[in-house]
Amino acid sequence: MLSWDFLALQPALPEVFLALSTMVLLMLGVFRGDGHTRIISWFAVLVLGLTLLLVLDDLGGTKRAFGDIFIVDAFAQFMKVLVLIGSSFAVVMSLGYIEREKIARFEYPILFLFATLGMMMMISANDLISLYLGLELQSLSLYVIAAFRRDSTRSTEAGLKYFVLGALSSGMLLYGASMVYGFAGTTGFDRLAAVLDAGAVPVGLIVGLVFVIAGLAFKVAAVPFHMWTPDVYEGAPTPVTAFFAVAPKVAAMALFVRVMIDPFGALIGQWQQIIVFISIASMVLAAFAAINQTNIKRLMAYSSIGHVGYMLIGLAAGTQEGISGLIIYLTIYVFMTVGTFACILCMRSHGRMLEGIDDLAGLGKTNPPMAAVLTAFMFSLTGIPPVAGFFGKFFIFRAAINAEMYTLAVIGVLSSVVAAFYYMRIVKIMYFDEPAERFDRPIGREMTLILVGTGLFIVFFFPFIAPLLEGADAAASSLFVG
Amino acid sequence: MEALLLEYLPILIFLGIATALALLIVAAAFIAARQRPDSEKLSAYECGFDAFDDARGMFDVRFYLVAILFIIFDLEVAFLFPWAVTLGEIGLVGFWSMIVFLAVLTVGFIYEWKKGALEWE
Repeated sequence: MLSWDFLALQPALPEVFLALSTMVLLMLGVFRGDGHTRIISWFAVLVLGLTLLLVLDDLGGTKRAFGDIFIVDAFAQFMKVLVLIGSSFAVVMSLGYIEREKIARFEYPILFLFATLGMMMMISANDLISLYLGLELQSLSLYVIAAFRRDSTRSTEAGLKYFVLGALSSGMLLYGASMVYGFAGTTGFDRLAAVLDAGAVPVGLIVGLVFVIAGLAFKVAAVPFHMWTPDVYEGAPTPVTAFFAVAPKVAAMALFVRVMIDPFGALIGQWQQIIVFISIASMVLAAFAAINQTNIKRLMAYSSIGHVGYMLIGLAAGTQEGISGLIIYLTIYVFMTVGTFACILCMRSHGRMLEGIDDLAGLGKTNPPMAAVLTAFMFSLTGIPPVAGFFGKFFIFRAAINAEMYTLAVIGVLSSVVAAFYYMRIVKIMYFDEPAERFDRPIGREMTLILVGTGLFIVFFFPFIAPLLEGADAAASSLFVG
Repeated sequence: MEALLLEYLPILIFLGIATALALLIVAAAFIAARQRPDSEKLSAYECGFDAFDDARGMFDVRFYLVAILFIIFDLEVAFLFPWAVTLGEIGLVGFWSMIVFLAVLTVGFIYEWKKGALEWE
């Protein structure tokens, strides 16, 4: 007879709350109709905020739930906070957009909430089965949101492409998971770690691990599994692209780190070389492929591929310092990406969305505040001191040097020099080219708030370094304890 | 090994009978029945669609909706059977877990109903 203790729901309270509230909002939406999309969106933001408060609740150490398939530690809490912040920003940024583009259906915020729920489950997964469940809940919601503008060919193409390639990657992940289960005899992360620590590692398990890595690399969009990213980012509605670039990235990265460090930590000699390869490939390809882009959303897609490459340096180091660097990088990445996409969302002329990089020409003259903020984000994406992006790269490279991965660090620095070209080109176009069309104003109160908030965080980053470093260290150490 | 293989003997016998019976029925129809073929009878049966046609044909999305609905509730029943059989062992936790599952499914069902996915015309 199962007892109630088996469930131990307490650590999963934020997820339970989010799931229940989302279903309530779904019912509210379906009975009240599409006219209430704005209210439901604000309720969604409220729900995300309350979930954030629940996540922050101190559980006093690592806790497990549902018979050990669900884990909450400092790492999970940190990542969930990032995901929830990213999702809230994305929902708020969508408010005006979906109304202007006439795609304001109440399912839109609901799908964001379901995707967020899936991401939180991914972050807390402590078993290959719960990992897959979370991943699919997230992915299925994202496929639908990508194609949300269903009468636009590009949006439906993005959704379909994402679906087909996402299904392929899920298949690879499942195949790898089945091989791991076949050779290790368990799907639980704790027991996998125990089995692997005990010694002898069959070749089949390594093959399974490689498939799992391939599946996860698809989800974080690392080269050579990146090809869906530019098309999906370009085709999806812009706030959705902002969401894609932030929240699922954090969740997939957290999942990647946990799977590599927790159950397969003993196999670091096996997976390290793979991570080093995909990290170098992502950084280099993104740096060179982005140079030729004319569409700013495609440019951001390649930019995100490059940033994933930098984050993977931290994972490749495999040390607590490396993971801590990755967490800091991810945090800064969330804020600068949200800010950049908020700028892209303001690129509107006569009610029409603009996506060309050339459309930014002369922004320094026509709209100096926005040009200044966007310049700050570009400096940060490049990694120029004293803006935040520099510190992200600094901690990552320091971890790589301390782990004696000199080649990786040198290639990272060199590719960021190449990447500087396309970021600086945007700054040059804004300040030195002849003004093109003026953008519509006003941009709305929420957008101003987001731009000012993220902009201030990125530019005046100094006071945040110490607490962020402390939090990241605590999160990383919780991963290495057990 | 012998004992293990013996356990599978009924399956072998079953396969043999099934094959023989299938062949017998086809052969009987071929020998005994009157043959009056026409083009419709000879074409492959493909749920009302042309078997060999352009794949980009128009297709009523409602077929798809019904199929999806069917799969969801079919799976639900597939879950309910083992649950019902083992209810004595899994106790109250098992009972309420399934009720929660059914409740979540019902929320989705209400959504579909209100959206009009079940209305054919």
